[in-house]
Amino acid sequence: MKRVLAVAALVLAGCGSPAPAQTGVSGNVTVFAAASLTESFQKLGKEFEAANPGAKVTFNFAGSSALAQQINQGAPADVFASAAPANMKQVTETKAVTATPTTFAKNTLQIAVPKGNPGKVTGLADFAEADLKIALCAEQVPCGAASRKVFEAAGITAAPDTLEQDVKAVLTKVSLGEVDAALVYRTDVKAAGEKVEGKDFAEAEKAVNDYPIAPLDKAPNAAAAKAFIDYVLSDQGKKVLSEAGFAAP
Amino acid sequence: MRSRLPVVLVLPAVVGLAFLLVPLAGLLIKAPWATLPAQLFSTEVGQALRLSLICASLATVVCVVLGVPLAWLLARSDLPGRGVLRALVTVPLVLPPVVGGVALLLVLGRRGVLGQHLDQWFGISLPFTTAGVVLAEAFVAMPFLVISVEGALRAADPRFEEAAATLGASRWLTFRRVTLPSVMPGVVAGTVLCWARALGEFGATITFAGNFPGRTTTMPLAVYLALETDPDAAIVLSIVLLLVSVAVLAGLRDKWISGPS
Repeated sequence: MKRVLAVAALVLAGCGSPAPAQTGVSGNVTVFAAASLTESFQKLGKEFEAANPGAKVTFNFAGSSALAQQINQGAPADVFASAAPANMKQVTETKAVTATPTTFAKNTLQIAVPKGNPGKVTGLADFAEADLKIALCAEQVPCGAASRKVFEAAGITAAPDTLEQDVKAVLTKVSLGEVDAALVYRTDVKAAGEKVEGKDFAEAEKAVNDYPIAPLDKAPNAAAAKAFIDYVLSDQGKKVLSEAGFAAP
Repeated sequence: MRSRLPVVLVLPAVVGLAFLLVPLAGLLIKAPWATLPAQLFSTEVGQALRLSLICASLATVVCVVLGVPLAWLLARSDLPGRGVLRALVTVPLVLPPVVGGVALLLVLGRRGVLGQHLDQWFGISLPFTTAGVVLAEAFVAMPFLVISVEGALRAADPRFEEAAATLGASRWLTFRRVTLPSVMPGVVAGTVLCWARALGEFGATITFAGNFPGRTTTMPLAVYLALETDPDAAIVLSIVLLLVSVAVLAGLRDKWISGPS
């Protein structure tokens, strides 16, 4: 009970005045993060809480464009971590964010095939094969735009059977074995575990996806927002992100 | 003279009506009306709209053919465990549609329990096809039909059926000539509900049938994807879907459900 009260007092103190220097930051920090950051940010959040007793990280994971819309409609977030600069631009245009976003990670596409590779997919050229079942992201979402870039670079006309609404939906189709091949992010292949195999391809370099992060202007807890971003950009943050398959900026 | 309407009923009714209509009004107010005609006559929208109407109608046919007998079985037979069956029939109502879509994949997908045999023996693969859209919509919409028909059956007076039986009619003849006409309003209401639910279906469809323009992209899928890049276009698309469904339902109402019965 005493601890609860102490925490509550800390929270209250955090709301009213600048956080006391010696205990680090406190209070609740709300982070809106792209769905592809789910695993790595949850881990980072736990570590951040351990390093800052009295601080509590709340996440809202969703597609970057949905998050940008929520922020523009006035959602009470402290930090926005987007999977694409385009979605960060949506919130800087409305002045919901005026700080300069920092790129904290990069992600590239990988060919994903079900375990055992039943379609015997070897490279990007197989995506033109009409007999194979192929899933791609729809062009309206970042991974779909990136897929289009790599196909253009490779001069391949893909023959997809479905254009999914987000990268996790593509991954579901692969892990259930419903499609023979798909293009997803390297980090998604890692997160899917052993049901999905990833294959690198040269043209992936043509569509490297930058992940920007920034504090919101109306952040209810600006001090904690800054501290969390610093933590993501720290060596420890980089370590967690690279373990998840992200490349350093 | 009619008596005064009781406030205790009217007040919540008005609040309820506002609750349902205000979001709709929001859509209409925010709609970029200038782009509506261009959207309406673009090929993608036409394609998605046609696919939506065809799939929802086919799904409704599937639901009526299978659902009315199912409702009869639940209401009239003395099957053991009817209560449990009745509860199970409503599962697709409670299930998040996306989960319903995954469940369909697990059964009818290429590696699914039944689907792998369909694929091996007949070369039939349902995911990513228009037939898959119909199945997904029927799965989600059928409970609406079954529940309303079953409710009507249970409310109907069984003495007419008994009279028919004592006059020597078989159960099938009784069902056709006595039971079905007496519960027709319930069947019509259920069919309308079922069609409307199928028309708006998103989660199970995109999960089971995927999204490919002209083959599986129905209006709700087109709306969702438009929302990613162009919210204005998404609003216009929703209004198109809304107008068409209201027009169809209003048209049907005049034709089939004329006046209070």
